[in-house]
Amino acid sequence: MFQVRIHGRGGQGVVSASELLSVAAFEEGKFSQSFPSFGSERMGAPVQAFARISDHPITSREPVMEPDMLIIQDPTLFNAINVFEGANTDGYLLINSAKTPEQLGIEDMTDNYPPNHVITMPATELAVKYIKQPKPNTVLLGAFAALSHMVHMPALEKAILEKFPKRIADPNIIATKAGYNLIKQKLEQVQEA
Amino acid sequence: MLRQISGSIAVAEAIALCRPEVVPCYPITPQTHIVEHISTLVKSGQLKNCSYENVESEFASMSFCIGASAAGSRTYTATASQGLLFMMEAVYNASGLSLPIVMTLGNRSIGAPINIWNDHSDAMSVRDAGWIQLFVESNQQALDVHIQAFKLAEALSLPVMVNMDGFILTHAITRVDMPTQEQVDQFLPAFVARQKLDTDAPLSIGAMVGPDAFTEVRYLAHHKQKEALAVIEQQAAEFHEIFGRDSGGLIKSYFAEHSEIVFVAMGSVIGTMLELIEELRTEGHSVGILSLRSFRPFPANAICNALGNAKQAIIFEKSFAVGMGGVLASEIHMATAGNDLKISSVIGGLGGRTITKKSLGKIVECAMHGELDKEVFLDLEGTTVVKELRRQQEGQSSGPVAENILRDMGVVSASKTL
Repeated sequence: MFQVRIHGRGGQGVVSASELLSVAAFEEGKFSQSFPSFGSERMGAPVQAFARISDHPITSREPVMEPDMLIIQDPTLFNAINVFEGANTDGYLLINSAKTPEQLGIEDMTDNYPPNHVITMPATELAVKYIKQPKPNTVLLGAFAALSHMVHMPALEKAILEKFPKRIADPNIIATKAGYNLIKQKLEQVQEA
Repeated sequence: MLRQISGSIAVAEAIALCRPEVVPCYPITPQTHIVEHISTLVKSGQLKNCSYENVESEFASMSFCIGASAAGSRTYTATASQGLLFMMEAVYNASGLSLPIVMTLGNRSIGAPINIWNDHSDAMSVRDAGWIQLFVESNQQALDVHIQAFKLAEALSLPVMVNMDGFILTHAITRVDMPTQEQVDQFLPAFVARQKLDTDAPLSIGAMVGPDAFTEVRYLAHHKQKEALAVIEQQAAEFHEIFGRDSGGLIKSYFAEHSEIVFVAMGSVIGTMLELIEELRTEGHSVGILSLRSFRPFPANAICNALGNAKQAIIFEKSFAVGMGGVLASEIHMATAGNDLKISSVIGGLGGRTITKKSLGKIVECAMHGELDKEVFLDLEGTTVVKELRRQQEGQSSGPVAENILRDMGVVSASKTL
């Protein structure tokens, strides 16, 4: 079972991201679940959402305590809550920031991960470029696919088309592809080097 | 057809397949998405011949249900928490008048302190109201049991409440197998009312009953609930035949008959418990689960038999009677009187507190060593409690408990960090 925890703030599409992930996994024939950390939703408040992907039926209802993939949609959360709690450091870490882990001051944590399992990327900037809104979720989902291979682009596209009307889905698909390509290239460059 | 959708959407679509004729509603978290989606289905024409009414309160909603059901319509609504309390008088009337209304309760705590999250306080507040109360473990069961609920309600002429954990199920997106209209039509025939207000054949419903006959009327209500035990089992079997799935029924045993230690619980927590006992059983421990799917009627005999070989029962509940303790635990005590069974009451998941596999594991470990107390509050923050008790001892004007504790825990300041 592959477990995902997404941290962000209300309005950044954290809950939608976990939903899209579970639908994409379902489209690929896997068992999956997603759910938010339930709260009184409001713009700007810290929000978490969870997803599980498995080849077998999933019965657990507890929040993801030991994420194999941790997605941080908002790096200002490092100062507010312990987003790394329980993280499986054999897994992956995906952070929405143009800065490096060192610049963010989180290298104590990120050094525990294997090489190339920690990615920082300017997802909000890409989102603003492609969807004209500071919602980094779909860019990060593309990056998630490139990094983990737990879901693939065609399924993500299908999930986005199912959830949103075409005028919203289309730019989000472009944003997802941008996130995917950026990380794919990054990983290929590292491999060649 | 397999779908990956939220529990609320799954239930709304299952309700539509049951062809309800009247759906009054008043929104309240966490059930709102259910009635919202039904309204969409009515508006789009997917759900035909259905009168959908957005009424002014929950009291109006249940009153509307009573009128519609008494006029012979298949009637549905949903509510939660304070909404259920607000409709309480009408809730008792619905069962007292023997009206086969189906209602979803998106289980949520009751304030004060106000709390929108999941527990079973709302369901327990109507445990004596004469409704059939069913609990579901998953979203698949939620949609399946709603289909059974209409058939059950109409067979018995009694209202049925389907309890589904708020947020944990309503807001979770999982795989469900949505039945076809043909399957549902095969299982659920058109509604024929046992009693019906009809201007062509006038009768009255809801007579005043005095001391000479009240006991008999109430006894018959009890008798009917007891008869429901067999009907629930029979309909679950019929459902299994047509839909190929095990959903509903009175109880579900997961190794309960052959285990020394058995969890007894209701609702979605069973899922997390299943993961835990799978691990424990692989390690060779004799641990099982008894899932209570029907709370009213209370299947005392089935429970007693299922726990016949158990040495210890851990009754896990998401609510409790303040000043008494676990309601389910006390009922299990009664059902198993005479068995050589140690019973512990564990209260957890209150107001949405996360129930982790780890914490449940610790409970089992205590039980294995014979160290589990008779009453345990899961993951209770003892230091916070002691601090508040001390504050109260020190002075009369110690202030409001909820606000004191939020300050102690740093919740107030944390919300200001933005």
